[in-house]
Amino acid sequence: MSRARANSPRAHAYPPPHKKVINVVMLTLTGLCALLVVSVLLFILGYLVWNGARSLSWNFFTKLPVPAGQTGGGMANAIVGSAKLLLLASAIGVPIGVLGGVYLAEFGKGWFSFAVRYTTDLLNGVPSIVIGIFVYTLIVIPQHHFSTLAGGVALGIMMIPIALRSTDEFLRAVPNTLREGGLALGASKAQTVVTVIIPAAMQGIVTGIMLNLARVAGETAPLLFTAFGNQFWSSGWNGPTASLPVVIFNYAISPYEDWHRQAWAAGFVLLSGIFLTNIVARLLVSGRRSTSRS
Amino acid sequence: MATSTPPIELRRLARARTARFGDPEPLDTPSQPQFTVEDMNFFYGDFHALHNLNLTLPSLRVTGLIGPSGCGKSTFLRTLNRMYETVARTRVTGKILFGEANLFDYAPTLLRRRVGMVFQKPSPFPKSIFDNIAYGLRVNHLCSRSELHDKVVHCLQRAALWNEVKDKLNQSAFSLSGGQQQRLCIARALAVDPDVLLLDEPCSALDPIATSKIEDLIFDLRRSCTIIMVTHNMLQAARISDYVGFFLQGKLIEFDAARKMFQFPSNKLTEDYITGRFG
Repeated sequence: MSRARANSPRAHAYPPPHKKVINVVMLTLTGLCALLVVSVLLFILGYLVWNGARSLSWNFFTKLPVPAGQTGGGMANAIVGSAKLLLLASAIGVPIGVLGGVYLAEFGKGWFSFAVRYTTDLLNGVPSIVIGIFVYTLIVIPQHHFSTLAGGVALGIMMIPIALRSTDEFLRAVPNTLREGGLALGASKAQTVVTVIIPAAMQGIVTGIMLNLARVAGETAPLLFTAFGNQFWSSGWNGPTASLPVVIFNYAISPYEDWHRQAWAAGFVLLSGIFLTNIVARLLVSGRRSTSRS
Repeated sequence: MATSTPPIELRRLARARTARFGDPEPLDTPSQPQFTVEDMNFFYGDFHALHNLNLTLPSLRVTGLIGPSGCGKSTFLRTLNRMYETVARTRVTGKILFGEANLFDYAPTLLRRRVGMVFQKPSPFPKSIFDNIAYGLRVNHLCSRSELHDKVVHCLQRAALWNEVKDKLNQSAFSLSGGQQQRLCIARALAVDPDVLLLDEPCSALDPIATSKIEDLIFDLRRSCTIIMVTHNMLQAARISDYVGFFLQGKLIEFDAARKMFQFPSNKLTEDYITGRFG
């Protein structure tokens, strides 16, 4: 009797038919959702590359913008302006974020580090335009003018939470055996952190900073009323400056066909920059993996 | 049951040393005390981990610490170089002398330079083989730049690793096998010329061949360095220890010369444990 059941094909049908149906339905659903996500991304990318690369020319990198109505000109000032803003932002955000992260991961304990982690996460969730208003009140109003300085400070503040938390995470991922190994050789805590733990986490920390930089490079809102914008070159740190995201915003809402074209090109350049930064960051990470193996 | 002849397992343990090293006589002749522990108690927060330890660890001998998991032998080991202080809410009461000075009067960094430690899992730094060995010398400013290379070479020779790594000193320490990494860690600890080497289950992550190389190394080092080793492997304790301490549930049950303890344990619990009746 039991033998007969075991030999019947039905007893062996596995998975049972209703499970097969559920399996097919769920697989189709998840696959469709994945396809939807990827296709949106590919559509945006493709559209940007198509429009942007077509509108790109040598002039775009070398010339200043021309007055509305004329065609031609470029965005040399916005490219340089973005670079200056990012430089200033890194000068503010990276040291504060990295050193704060080192403190949190290696030295902080108790309620203070809990409070720092918590407020950092809150700061990370603050809308970027609010940070723009904050810097506007802090720097622009007292100075009575927009400036590269204000824009850089706004982007720098945006970099702090991510730099801090990524440094914190990468340091805490370093195995504790390395900390004990350093201490067991008579190194002080600080020596161990500087000579063993930070070098061990260095590639990760650098990767975090690169991705962070790529993120703030595209920020527009905090720049609207800090760095403002500029049709011409901005020398020094004290005057308003053009930047790629703000130029894209201004050009895209203008009625001129040629400006739309240039906005596409600017978007393409910005995207390429972020893309390159990402690739460099990934190469750094994979470089670390290969050295630790070989 | 009073036995005049030890059980078979105990005789096997006692023979292990002869079979391994051809040296039937463990060094259990008297020597200066390296650590003198009096009425020591250890607490993790409210948990009383070690109860009233009293023992003297002899210098220039190999002392094996055995006992089931969680019995406190690693905690005891980490007290001897005050590594426990890196864990929050730990507390030690009682007296520990290192040589003749109070252990707690030492600056932790100086103490840890003189009492080296090797951990269960090989933990080379993510640096080159050379820099791993040089690390302790550099952070303690123990030698000039010109002496550094010779010292590193000497140290690798002392740890019997030189022939295997002499052509790849600048390669990452991760390129070595697990057993080599662990010997590198021992060499790294030896570089600062410690008086004592604490080994916390150094072979538990290694295969038998790598284990035997480490045991050879410990055997070679015992005349120049006090070695205190935690091990789960009874045969290993029997092979290389001069003295053995048996811990159970935070108490030191028995401490004696290895050849006495493995043949005629004075405590029933010790006999039960080393003959494999529990643990």
